[in-house]
Amino acid sequence: MSSSDATEVAPDEVATPDELRDGLLARLTELCGDAVIASHILPGKDIWVRVRNDAWAEVASTIRLVMGARYFGFVSAIDWMPSPFGRSMDAEVDKIVHGHVPKNVGEQTTGFAGGDTRFQVVCRVANIREHWGITLKADVADDAPSIGTLTKVYAGADWHEREAWEMFGIEFVGHPALRKLYLPGDFEGHPMRKDFPLLARIVKPWPGIVDVEPMPGAGSSDESAEAAEAAEGGEA
Amino acid sequence: MTAITDRQKLAYIAAQAADARVNVELETEGMTLNIGPQHPATHGTLRIIARLDGEQVISADPVMGYMHRGYEKLTEVRTYPQVTTLVNRIDWLGSFANEVPFILAAEQLMDIEAPPRAQWIRTLLFELSRIANIVLFLGDMAVQLGALTPVFFAFRDREHVLNQIESVTGGRFHPNFDRIGGLKDDLPKGWIAETKLAMEKIRNFCDEIESLVMGSEIFEARTRGIGVIPPDVGLQYGLSGANIRASGVDWDLRRDAKVGMVYDELAGKVWTHPDGDSFARFWVRMQETREATKMVEQLCDGLPSGPIMAKVPRIIKVPAGEAYVATENPLGEMGYYIVSKGDLVPFRVKIRSASFNNVSIAPWLLRGVYVPDIITILASLYFILGDIDR
Repeated sequence: MSSSDATEVAPDEVATPDELRDGLLARLTELCGDAVIASHILPGKDIWVRVRNDAWAEVASTIRLVMGARYFGFVSAIDWMPSPFGRSMDAEVDKIVHGHVPKNVGEQTTGFAGGDTRFQVVCRVANIREHWGITLKADVADDAPSIGTLTKVYAGADWHEREAWEMFGIEFVGHPALRKLYLPGDFEGHPMRKDFPLLARIVKPWPGIVDVEPMPGAGSSDESAEAAEAAEGGEA
Repeated sequence: MTAITDRQKLAYIAAQAADARVNVELETEGMTLNIGPQHPATHGTLRIIARLDGEQVISADPVMGYMHRGYEKLTEVRTYPQVTTLVNRIDWLGSFANEVPFILAAEQLMDIEAPPRAQWIRTLLFELSRIANIVLFLGDMAVQLGALTPVFFAFRDREHVLNQIESVTGGRFHPNFDRIGGLKDDLPKGWIAETKLAMEKIRNFCDEIESLVMGSEIFEARTRGIGVIPPDVGLQYGLSGANIRASGVDWDLRRDAKVGMVYDELAGKVWTHPDGDSFARFWVRMQETREATKMVEQLCDGLPSGPIMAKVPRIIKVPAGEAYVATENPLGEMGYYIVSKGDLVPFRVKIRSASFNNVSIAPWLLRGVYVPDIITILASLYFILGDIDR
């Protein structure tokens, strides 16, 4: 289990964080070759690396065994599709105050280290000797999203992958028991997908701005006008 | 991985052998025992389906979701300041500590920093919620093992800390006090002296528990060598906080992650224990409580003057980007992975809660133990169901 010692650096030798993360990226690229597609470094803060879908478990294994990131953070997913429901604030009174703004769905964008697909899988691991953490990302295909399991690399990925599977409908190939974790067994749909509405807001619609009491002493009309402006700006 | 397979194999062989023996001699068969969802050891509603062979657990399967509130989905329709109200309810025993990593992540995205005094008070309340949380564990662990008295002491003395939190924030359990760029309010007058008195009482409580519980032969017999977690397995499962430090891993985000709090200026020791068993986890938490009381006193003494709020726009829009910030919460590493698209609301928030990872080791850890030890092990892992189910 001590193959991590190969890359061990004494804490004193860790220079400025930028060099540390540049070095990490260089080493990862050297080790994994073309499996690394893109990366993003926030100097002194964090690093994101996007890897090829079919090399997902392999890269994680390299990071754990060769680069010594033995600490497992989490596995999860991101649905980059803009929500067709917005904030589900459809109360009639809101429409009067804010005007009837049609929901601006907008373009699908992606975050750090880019991406080509609707779904991305995210994994966070850390090296507790050298004090760095890394966020790995991988694209998963839009139709029948699937990716290799990490449970053989990090045993703790088990529950995280079950959660991501039920919430996003991403299949983790090779997972020992892909069962529902939180949801009841007969639940249909994937609640964390953006096209799955927030059911609480549909069962009982958002009451709207009537629910908000004006601040004591404050001119309530100004407040609501400002709030309306802000909300409109936010929607755009 | 080798450690796991070996242990799995051993447990499997033991179970097989036990099966064969029992079946031949007594003509019995395995039995399924359902523990929970309502059980005092589950701190909420965790259900464990244990398959038993006699008194030995062959496999244990935790079932949760009875309290799943869908916070990750709810954050997508709430503005950033509204989210702190939600996340307060994740680990309800140390609620202030839940707000801090979210606020820090949002601050990192907005590239603002709270003024020094706000950071100090933030750290102060963070440590107070740690004490309030762990004090209850110290009493609760004993009650799981059949000693009733310590838990009353715990509830009595936790009150001193909760009173201090309440007099600053107005809430005993759900302070909702942290703001992007600072804090809601300053400390009330006379608070510091009272807090120091409360810390004195907490240290007395620790001494009391130590003499009541840790010296007890029964306690030692029920916890020593029970539920041993080797460091490498613990790291693979992402165990954090006192659970991993009790396995001898020297890893504490207060010291090792440079986030917007003032731990750099405090003298504090990170306690570890080499054994990795239930006793070690209890012992580490006990030392941490003492350490936290000392840190609170240092924080009270060193509190700088100045504003408690940075300049932030009245309507908070967080620039597009991603951030993961984790802090050392009472239960372990709690982090928020925020994806922002420059909106009033976060685009996606992944809540990495400590208990989820801490309990995910349970199926591995419970295999091959005896039924009473299930309770010891679950109590010593110390989870809050709100922190698992989110």
